[in-house]
Amino acid sequence: MSTSDHLRLAVALSDAGWHPAAWREADARPGELFTARYWADLAAIAERGLLDLITIEDGFGLQSTDHLAESDRRTDQVRGRLDAHLVAALLAPLTSRIGLVPTVTTTHTEPFHVANALATLDHDSLGRAGWRVQVSARADEARHLGRRALPGVRREHLDTPETARVVQELFDEAADAVEVARRLWDSWEDDAEIRDDATNRFVDRDKLHYIDFSGDHFDVRGPAITPRPPQGHPLVTVLAHREVPYRLAARSADVVFVTPQDVDDVASVIGDVRAAEAAVGREGEPLRILGDLVVLLDHTQAAAQERLARLDARDPLRSDAAILATTPSDLADLLVAWHEAGLDGFRLRPGVLPDDLNAIADALVPELQRRGAFRTAYDDTTLRERFGLSRPASRYATAGSTA
Amino acid sequence: MTRKQIILGAYFPGVNHDTVWSDPASGSHIDFASFAHWARTAERGKLDLLFLAEGLRLRDRGGAIFDQDVVGRPDTFTVLASLAAITSHIGLAGTINSTYNEPYELARKFATLDLLSGGRAAWNVVTSSDADTGENFRRGGFLGHHQRYSRARETLELVRRLWDSWGSDAVVADKDAARFLRDGDVGDFAFSGEQFDVSGRFTTPRSPQGHPVILQAGESPSGRDFAAAHSDAIFSRYQKFDEAKAFYDDVKSRVAKAGRNPDEVKILPSAAVVLGDTLDEARDRHAEIHHRQVDPQTAIVLAEMVWNRDLSRVDPDGPVPDLDPTPDAPKWIRGRAPLTQDAHATAAAWRELGREKNLSLREVVKHVFDRAVFVGTPESVADEIDRYVRDGATDGFIVGSHVSPSGLDEFVDRVVPRLVDRGVFRSEYAGATLRDNLGLAPPARFGEPRRHDSSVAS
Repeated sequence: MSTSDHLRLAVALSDAGWHPAAWREADARPGELFTARYWADLAAIAERGLLDLITIEDGFGLQSTDHLAESDRRTDQVRGRLDAHLVAALLAPLTSRIGLVPTVTTTHTEPFHVANALATLDHDSLGRAGWRVQVSARADEARHLGRRALPGVRREHLDTPETARVVQELFDEAADAVEVARRLWDSWEDDAEIRDDATNRFVDRDKLHYIDFSGDHFDVRGPAITPRPPQGHPLVTVLAHREVPYRLAARSADVVFVTPQDVDDVASVIGDVRAAEAAVGREGEPLRILGDLVVLLDHTQAAAQERLARLDARDPLRSDAAILATTPSDLADLLVAWHEAGLDGFRLRPGVLPDDLNAIADALVPELQRRGAFRTAYDDTTLRERFGLSRPASRYATAGSTA
Repeated sequence: MTRKQIILGAYFPGVNHDTVWSDPASGSHIDFASFAHWARTAERGKLDLLFLAEGLRLRDRGGAIFDQDVVGRPDTFTVLASLAAITSHIGLAGTINSTYNEPYELARKFATLDLLSGGRAAWNVVTSSDADTGENFRRGGFLGHHQRYSRARETLELVRRLWDSWGSDAVVADKDAARFLRDGDVGDFAFSGEQFDVSGRFTTPRSPQGHPVILQAGESPSGRDFAAAHSDAIFSRYQKFDEAKAFYDDVKSRVAKAGRNPDEVKILPSAAVVLGDTLDEARDRHAEIHHRQVDPQTAIVLAEMVWNRDLSRVDPDGPVPDLDPTPDAPKWIRGRAPLTQDAHATAAAWRELGREKNLSLREVVKHVFDRAVFVGTPESVADEIDRYVRDGATDGFIVGSHVSPSGLDEFVDRVVPRLVDRGVFRSEYAGATLRDNLGLAPPARFGEPRRHDSSVAS
């Protein structure tokens, strides 16, 4: 198997893990969730496992048992969050190879700040930054900012025309936000800084560009304040389960995280993603498709199942992604099979931190390596390159040279 | 008796005409390696804090991007969070605009930075009335002077309320009792004002400092009152001893009038330092640096900021021009703070100075814009810094130089040890948080006695 056939492996970090009872496990560190040390330790484990990237969850509202719902005032689950982008920035100098992909909403943020912040994360990490683009439909999050009113989206009304309109608008705004970010990343050509003593010019102003974006929710003039990042564009990712977010991914992203429920579902999900790409007329590289899976790992199948049952008895786990309680070896077989079914790789959501992250790094990864399905060392590349993506040229440089 | 301790910060030489990018020692203003070098140097010197300035649009002149000074800077929050990882004691101060940021997001980011750094975050609160900067943001336009201050005041009040919405003991994290939060009301807030009508639950636990340190710059009387009432420290541009002392006395009396102990607000002017082995050598070095800082083109541009019109035909080596300023015309230079409230008076003063001392325009500009307060040997500079603080002209300085990132090295290696020898500067960090190191009490809040607040998380 050649390197390009290797599956990509990401891990999604959230709180004490994705299982709501994870924080009560023996090795859990719930009192440290809001410290640098906790996140540094998790990133070190992920890097030890040679993983391609970590994502960091975020939101402008407290966690809730239903992520679409308002804060539920429960006190028996983890509540409270750090800003994911700043956690990623903290991790940049503490890691050297792993991709750092914070979740940043497009609904309540300023695209200009977000674009400069992600470009800076890419500078600070020497080409390892990504962005998990997220929208927020929650009414309580809108009230936190007070800038716009959102009706809120209820799970049971997802298919009503009114909800569909709201969701479509949020995703259109997200697409605009990514478009603005990409234009801002292009607004400085790579060699704009010239430091030319002879003419006393620090920059060549012909290589700085106004982007003059105008959309339904914001206008942005540009150029960026931060020079073009090392990757050209940080890696843009989207989690998607349905047609509207598939289209956002197809229009805007480099990588899409999807949630097939079993191996038979893989082909159909990939078909939906490719259909969305065709529908929006995507040009250039096709989306890299990673399957999301919640994983709880143990030495035997029975022990893993027992572990999940024990946690579920405290607080049941529900997920948009398939939940797998199994052994590292069986999981490796499954990942290889799903990879052969067409997925480029996986974003694993550890049920319990740090336990399942340790199992991924120290047991699952060696199993995958034995099967020839995963790298045995980091290659010396940027995050984009690791996904086989080229470094985009500035669109304005192209425009300039043809003018 | 223990001598009063000097506060020392360092600002990163970035986008301004003081930065001599053509100096062979001048490195990247973007690469994290530069920030890391600067931060490690400052921490080696046991300085109190690092300071980053702000600019949310590229400067332009006559409609074209201004290309002679350093252009471009990284995002402040991102750099400070990365620096939190590689430092352990030094304060991390960022200039963040209250006009183009929402309080909820500001509160989250500063609380996060304070948690990740173990209590070292500081916010230099600034406002913007620059319509051109607004072109990069959803708000689109800009706020008038009055609205701008009202927004700043409400932003600060709301942000503090958000920081207070989690009690110090809100995170119980008791595995056995299945109790993560103390109660279900953690984070609740509501605020209704002229600028903001918001409510809900804040996401981020109370940080080690409770409230990150608040810095402000106060110039106008209302700005000084605002800073005296709301800030922990004031960043000033008054550097010469007499003007520094006048500012210090004025602001401290405003602090007292606001019902606060004058010691609660620290005054910190910016100061560039130029060193030499002898006084003459330092003066020569300064003359050379300043000559490069205010080159002929820069002299014209700085004059244009007063005149608000194109002066490119004016001879920088000739007299200050007799042309009238046109302060009401569309802005000729955008993306920089205004230099003067009264262009006609400033132009007249420049002309007078030129006539009186027989100076060219460039020489007048050099005279006006000389920010090197301390030029001398390490010994004489330490003497001067000590004198300013001992004689009540300031509580300390935010020091800078004309090159990044190595411009701080000499100061830390040669001046700081002399201040330590005098017993006016620390040789080891004493406190855990920036507030501790600055001698600021933890913030009081309703229902909780004033006390040293131990982090819920660290």
